[in-house]
Amino acid sequence: MSRETTIWLIVFLIGAVMLFGRAMFTEHGMARMYVEESPREFVDLGDEDKSDWVSMDEVPEDVEVSAIPADRRVSWTSQKTSNYGEFVQQPAGGNIQFSLARSIGVWLAALFTLFVLSFLIKDNPLYKVAESVFVGISAAYWMVVAFWDQIVPNLIGKLSPTFVRNWAMPGLGEDARQELIYLIPLVLGMMLLWRLSPKGGWISRWPMAFFIGTFCGLRLIRFLQADFLTQIRNSIDPLYVTEGGVFDVWASLANIILLIGVLSCLVYFFFSFEHKGIVGRIAKLGIWFLMITFGAGFGYTVMGRIALLAIRLEFLFDDWLWLIDPTDKRLGI
Amino acid sequence: MALLITLGATAAFLVVLIFAVKARTEFFKNLDRRWIFLLMLVAVAVPVYVIGKTKETFPEKALPKAQAVFDVIEELSEGDKVLLAFDFDPGSEGELGPMATTFVYHCATKKLKMYFIALWPIGRQMIDDNIAKIIEPDFPQMVYGEDYMNLGFKAGNEGVINVIVTDIKQLYTTDAYGTDIAAIPMMEGIDSIQKMDLIINVSAGYPGTKEWVQYAVTPFPHDIRMVAGCTGVQAPLLYPYMPQQLPGLLAAIKGASEYESLVINKYGGDDISGKYLEAQRRMGPQLVAHVLMVLLIIAGNVIFFTERKREARS
Repeated sequence: MSRETTIWLIVFLIGAVMLFGRAMFTEHGMARMYVEESPREFVDLGDEDKSDWVSMDEVPEDVEVSAIPADRRVSWTSQKTSNYGEFVQQPAGGNIQFSLARSIGVWLAALFTLFVLSFLIKDNPLYKVAESVFVGISAAYWMVVAFWDQIVPNLIGKLSPTFVRNWAMPGLGEDARQELIYLIPLVLGMMLLWRLSPKGGWISRWPMAFFIGTFCGLRLIRFLQADFLTQIRNSIDPLYVTEGGVFDVWASLANIILLIGVLSCLVYFFFSFEHKGIVGRIAKLGIWFLMITFGAGFGYTVMGRIALLAIRLEFLFDDWLWLIDPTDKRLGI
Repeated sequence: MALLITLGATAAFLVVLIFAVKARTEFFKNLDRRWIFLLMLVAVAVPVYVIGKTKETFPEKALPKAQAVFDVIEELSEGDKVLLAFDFDPGSEGELGPMATTFVYHCATKKLKMYFIALWPIGRQMIDDNIAKIIEPDFPQMVYGEDYMNLGFKAGNEGVINVIVTDIKQLYTTDAYGTDIAAIPMMEGIDSIQKMDLIINVSAGYPGTKEWVQYAVTPFPHDIRMVAGCTGVQAPLLYPYMPQQLPGLLAAIKGASEYESLVINKYGGDDISGKYLEAQRRMGPQLVAHVLMVLLIIAGNVIFFTERKREARS
């Protein structure tokens, strides 16, 4: 075993022992999640043609609930996130309970955070596990969300509203009509999937060409409007600015710098003249403007990354280790 | 006096740093980068811990861009309609979560009608989180469907904006929970997002603020007004839209912190919950980490010039 491996092993062992001690031998423990449970029960007061699900609290008094058959009643327990502070303060017999599943979730989130950060030491199997799990879950989540939020209501729901209303979306409006024009996107989508077939892959190029053509046309118009024409108009500012009849030095200076910056950057990207003499000097000024812009962009990027590190550390210290309590979730423990 | 002492101490520290680096150029040149990572980790972790314990934050002064966002929302009256587009995910929540929280708090306090929407798949989760975190516990009088509603996520990126800018019902037949939007009281009379008094976008990238400006604001400059909050990476790309196409912009956690201080100072009161101070809390780690980076840049430059001088001599 190399010296480096030995050191890391010792560090991990010390960390594990400290975690075990904090979790097991402190009064409040750590990384414990609580939920407030509330029972929900609905009954269907509609007829055979149309359902009308009503919460048990809102059932009219003249309706005899016990007479409604079991297949027209549904009940479940909903869980709302709570915390340790509310748990210890609740009156006897309260609904707030320890949630093992969510506590395991916090542990997994904390461990995966550490796995990802471990890449800074060097590439390792734990990092690869975290990366693979993240990619897999993201892809699966994307697919499920796109299916239920897009394909079901906006494709199947348009082609066969009654079927979708009875199958998955009872809230779909009664006035929803069948729109057969949506057969076109259905066919295009199926043609796109032909790419997966061992033969006839060329069929997928037709819908792809349609999408790219439509997208290019759309983008071109909007880009010209928002980023070209409007930006030219926005760059034409007065160099002598007055505010309430008084000369505004800083606004005027800002507009002058804007003009110089725009012109010098344009000169830098103008390659029909050799960048020598006055043209070269103006182009050099343009480089300065560009570098300052890139520097500002890089500075913002660094600030963003530090913010991301801060939120992960806050999560580890607050939700996992219970070392801090900035939002008073645990009565200041 | 305190300023003089601080400046003096800083200057003395810099001189010591420069001499130390010059004396041990080889050591610093070959320093394992993991020591730098460790230093950065400590620089961020210590303030997170200290601020988490003491709950003290640095004072914040709003700059014009954040002030403009605050002023635009302040101009709205009770009952005005606001479309809140949450185009971000947990990967950028560190930067954008605090500003999303403050936007919702500000709108709820002013009793604006909130229409939530997401062009990112996990944006819907971000919306649900904010409803559960802010509206349900702190504004229990607000009724779903009358004061706020969640239109959820739709795939299609800028294509979605392009459609709903003229016909919202073509894409949104139900809300995020499957209720027919014709049955939701606050959707009455809303046939497109041109009916909104303001769009507030929280953007982590594509699709985001740029697309909202291109597809919603620019084609309808007199009907659609928008303010936004974005990640630091995007901010320099969005500045050219200000102020004509985008009256106000919160750039990264700094912008969020400034806006948060404005909202909390006006509406928060003395006993404000820590969940509304997230951005200001995160400015502590920013300060220490940036000081460390400045020192590292100085050290790097000292090494570079010392090496160059040595090479010139030899």
